[in-house]
Amino acid sequence: MAGPDGMIAVEGVSLERGGRRVLSGIDLGLNERRIGVVGANGSGKSSFARLLNGLLLPSEGRVSVGGLDTRRQAKEVRRKVGFLFQNPDNQVVYPTVGEDLAFGLKGRGLDKAEIADRVATTLARFGLAGFGDRLVHELSGGERQMVALAGVMILEPEWLVLDEPTTLLDRKNTRTIMATVGALPQKVVLVTHDLTLLQGFDRVLVFDDGRIVEDAAPGEAIAAYLRIVP
Amino acid sequence: MIAGLYRAGDSPLHRMAAGWKLLALLVAGTLVFLVESPFAALAALLAVLVLYRLAGFGLRLAMAQLRPVAIVLAILFLAQLWLASPAVAALFVTRLAALVLAAALVTLTTRTSDLVDAIERGLAPLSRLGVDVAKVSLSLSLAIRFIPAVGQIAAEIREAQIARGQRPNPLTLVAPLIVRLLKMADEIAEAIDARS
Repeated sequence: MAGPDGMIAVEGVSLERGGRRVLSGIDLGLNERRIGVVGANGSGKSSFARLLNGLLLPSEGRVSVGGLDTRRQAKEVRRKVGFLFQNPDNQVVYPTVGEDLAFGLKGRGLDKAEIADRVATTLARFGLAGFGDRLVHELSGGERQMVALAGVMILEPEWLVLDEPTTLLDRKNTRTIMATVGALPQKVVLVTHDLTLLQGFDRVLVFDDGRIVEDAAPGEAIAAYLRIVP
Repeated sequence: MIAGLYRAGDSPLHRMAAGWKLLALLVAGTLVFLVESPFAALAALLAVLVLYRLAGFGLRLAMAQLRPVAIVLAILFLAQLWLASPAVAALFVTRLAALVLAAALVTLTTRTSDLVDAIERGLAPLSRLGVDVAKVSLSLSLAIRFIPAVGQIAAEIREAQIARGQRPNPLTLVAPLIVRLLKMADEIAEAIDARS
C-alpha cells in the first residue's frame, strides 16, 4: 500500500495468538494526526495496537511504517512508533525518574552530557522538573503514567500508540495526561474504552470480534460502537 | 517501601565514583570477616554508622536497612549462642550487621544507573567469553527497580485473601504471587522491547 512518508500501512493482516484468531482481514492505512480505537474487551484492539510497532507480528499480511516492515525492520519501526502501556508500573524500568528517562537514550550512542541535557529538557516539558532523583515507586499513579509517557517521548518517535493509558487514573490525572497527549506534535493512535477522550479526533476505528466494523469520524463511529455494546 | 534505594544528596559519599565504592565495599567486607574480636567488629559497625552521618543520613534510616534481615540476624545469633559462645555470637552478628549496613550505604548514595555502569565496566572482560554484559547489567537494574513492586503485589494478594476470609499464609501466597510475577515479567519484557 503506497502512501505518504510516515504512514502506517496494514495490509491483509490476520493474527493468531494461543491457537485463536484474534484479528482477521485488517486492511487500512493510517496517516491522520489523531486516531481512536474502540471495542469491547477481547475485540482485538490491543493486539492491533501491538502490531503497529512490531510488538506483535501478523500471522498473515504485512504491517509497515513509512515503508519499513515491522517483521524485517523491527528496530527501525520501534524508533518511529512509541508505545505507552496501560500500567506504568511495568513500563518504568529504573528506580528513579531521571534514570528511567535516560534508559532509551543509552542505546542510541549519545554521550552522557547530551543524555543529561535531554532528560532535563524532557522532565521540564512534561511537568516533572525536580523529579529526576525521585523514586518511581513513591510517585502517584498519575505521576507514574506521566513518567512513562516522558520515557517514550524522549525518544522523539513519529507516532505514539497508547493502549488504554488512562484506565488506572482518576479524572484529574486523565485530563492531565490527555491534555499532554493532545499537545504533542506526533501522530497518535489511542486505544480506549473512554469515549469522551475521542472528541476532536480525526478518525475512529471500531473493533468487534477481531474485525474492523466501522472506520469513520468520531460521531458516526461511536454511534456504531454503542450499537454493538449498548 | 524499600529503605535501601538511592537517596539524592551532595555528600562526599554521593560524589564518590560508584566503582570505588564497590571496591571499598569488597575490601571492607573481606576485612570485617578477618576480624576476630567482638570489640573490633563493633568498631567497624560504629565506623559504618559514622559514614551514614557523613552521607547525611540519620540513625533511623540505618536501622531501617537492618529491619529486613533482623529475623535472620536473630536466628544466627541464637544458633551461635547455642553452638559456640556469647562472644562468638556477638562477633558473628555484629560483622554481618556492619556488612549489611555498608552495602546499603552504597546503594543509598549511588544511582542505580551509576552502579550498573560500574558493574558493566567491571564485567567488560567477560564479554570476550561470550557473556552479554549489557543484559547482565539491565537484569540488575530491573531487580533493584522491581523489589518494591514484588512487595506490593504480595501485600495486595494477602489483602485479597483476608478480604475473602482466609488467614494469611505464606503457602497460599506463593502460587498467585508467581502467576502475577510471570505476567508482570511478560509485560516488562514487552515494554523494554518497545523502548529499545
